[in-house]
Amino acid sequence: MTLMQKFLGTAGALVLSAGAALAEPAVIYDLGGKFDKSFNESSYMGAQRWADETGEEFAEVELQSDAQREQFLRSFADKGMNPIVMAGFSFATALDIVAPDFPDTKFVIIDGVVDQPNVKSVIFSEQEGSYLVGVMAAMAATGDTVSFVGGMDIPSIHKFACGYAEGFKSVKPDGKVIVNMTGTTPTAWNDPVKGGELTKAQKADGSEVVFAAAGGTGIGVLQTAADEGMLAIGVDSNQNYMQPGTMLTSMVKRVDNVVYDAFTAGTDVEPGLIVLGLGEDGVSAAMDDYNADLVTPEMMAAVEDAKAKIIAGEIVVHDYTTDVSCPAY
Amino acid sequence: MSKMPKWADTILIPLFSILLAFFFSGLVIFAIGKDPFNAIMVMIDGAFGSTGGLGYTLYYATNFIFTGLSVAVAYHAGLFNIGSEGQAMLGGLGVALVCLFIPFGHWTIALPVAVIGAALFGGLWALIPAYLQAKRGSHIVITTIMFNFIASALIGYLLTRVLKVPGAMSSETARFPESTHLPTFHEMLAPLGIMFNKNAPANLAFVVALVACVFFWWLIWRTRLGYQIRAYGQSESAAKYAGISPSRIIIITMMISGALAGLMAINNVMGEAERLIDNAVEGAGFIGIAVALMGRNHPVGIILASILFGFLYQGGAELALWEGIPRELVVVIQALVILFTGALDNMVRMPLERLFVALKRKEG
Repeated sequence: MTLMQKFLGTAGALVLSAGAALAEPAVIYDLGGKFDKSFNESSYMGAQRWADETGEEFAEVELQSDAQREQFLRSFADKGMNPIVMAGFSFATALDIVAPDFPDTKFVIIDGVVDQPNVKSVIFSEQEGSYLVGVMAAMAATGDTVSFVGGMDIPSIHKFACGYAEGFKSVKPDGKVIVNMTGTTPTAWNDPVKGGELTKAQKADGSEVVFAAAGGTGIGVLQTAADEGMLAIGVDSNQNYMQPGTMLTSMVKRVDNVVYDAFTAGTDVEPGLIVLGLGEDGVSAAMDDYNADLVTPEMMAAVEDAKAKIIAGEIVVHDYTTDVSCPAY
Repeated sequence: MSKMPKWADTILIPLFSILLAFFFSGLVIFAIGKDPFNAIMVMIDGAFGSTGGLGYTLYYATNFIFTGLSVAVAYHAGLFNIGSEGQAMLGGLGVALVCLFIPFGHWTIALPVAVIGAALFGGLWALIPAYLQAKRGSHIVITTIMFNFIASALIGYLLTRVLKVPGAMSSETARFPESTHLPTFHEMLAPLGIMFNKNAPANLAFVVALVACVFFWWLIWRTRLGYQIRAYGQSESAAKYAGISPSRIIIITMMISGALAGLMAINNVMGEAERLIDNAVEGAGFIGIAVALMGRNHPVGIILASILFGFLYQGGAELALWEGIPRELVVVIQALVILFTGALDNMVRMPLERLFVALKRKEG
């Protein structure tokens, strides 16, 4: 055997073993970062739960720039990662281009819709969960004003606000919901100071309960609510623990379950579109030890009642994104 | 300056600075429990080891060449333009409007018009701070940095309210028509028999950047205007005495600077994304400051510094992908390079100067 042959043989073996070792699932976090206390963190929790239970490994990466969406999708797919999960509608354009090039790789996109034969799109009925926390806000408030702080001014955030307003008005039809958005650029997702200022302004206008659907900005909202003696509602992950005593509840989106299920299914992920609402336990109002003192039995009953009616179809919560308008504003 | 030969000033100092930066980056990587030598190999291999990686490196470098030239031209007039970020954003708007609303049959027609659109929008965005500096004495550093925020808010507004595809979630414009897509390196090199990765984003804009470098050199060192710019940058009073109008130089230089920054959009908006997205510049305007500093405000230096930063971006992405090194640490490494090449310039310069003085004495 010549040296060259030996070398080639070793290289070949290396390539083979590398390929086999890397047949694992992967998750890509959006620009907000892995530990954003919101949906990226939620997808990390789901992936980690899968890893803890199975003892296997997964690949992960955080985006630094928009140009990397396509790059990272391709890099992972090239290395044989399967399935590849990503959270965030911003991936839709890149995935639509990449997916056809890797017909044997399964992709899962959360919060976005991509119509390709190897892509599973998962979206949540956030308006339904928001309706429930709206009901709770209305019952917790002594007066008739509550408020909402959104992150970036986009239809998907109005979807939360509108459901919240509808839920509130189902209890207090003449009440007022103050809706504020933090900004129009992505920095609105990470501006806790401005979130706090908006909350103070809302308090001055009479708001007693504030619902934050604003990513990192929400941390400032929850903090200010605690300082100002208001009640606050968290979003995406269960944020009740962040300000115990003033957290009424959190509107939880089970992004973690989607990632966990996708990793568990592995290469058998079913492509297509699924919508997760109250009926599928995709969204919910979080109840735990941290908010037990604030949730009255009547509130609990009202939430269960509204939930049952929404699942049965007796109440249809308006989806803002369908017509970009909200009857409850 | 006379203490050292020119080659030492332009080559040795940046080289030593980079080596120092990498040494300390290595320490940081070692401190988080990873192998620094392996990390540097991953970075080099990821950035230059394949045409795919090289395509990304050159794509980022193209952005930095434009913003680096933008900062450098203002610097020659003694103006510190830190508004390249905002000017590049507005350039993106110019490109988007041209590509979306003017029907072109072929990219060869679209490109020159888009170049004009990008340069015009970037230049006009720089005109306002320039006017305020020239006629009202508002400091250019303050106004240009403020204009970055205004640009960001303006683009955000337009993308969420005016230019957005109705019903879409992302704040971005529609995709530009097929006929405005610039050829990528893959398409450019395939006829020559060179197989370049077809997914890499490097595109014809790299050539536009090189043309801009030649233009820059010609403008600064071969024209009357360039002479006036440099004269004004060296000494305002001397320039005035020679009959050079300061306000004219400020306004013209800043508009050229803004136009060069705006041209970055040919690469990232027209060449890569093929649509205008929010925050498309992603800090390249600020990297341009480091690039201009490191490149000694000369086109050749700017090209080399841009490739270095392109390497850091692409190599950093590979580190995040395969080594599990968090992206924050990649930013630390980039910051160390900026720190050593920009802020701590004298740390390397002084001992080197002493060394050269000692050597001279020996010869003497």
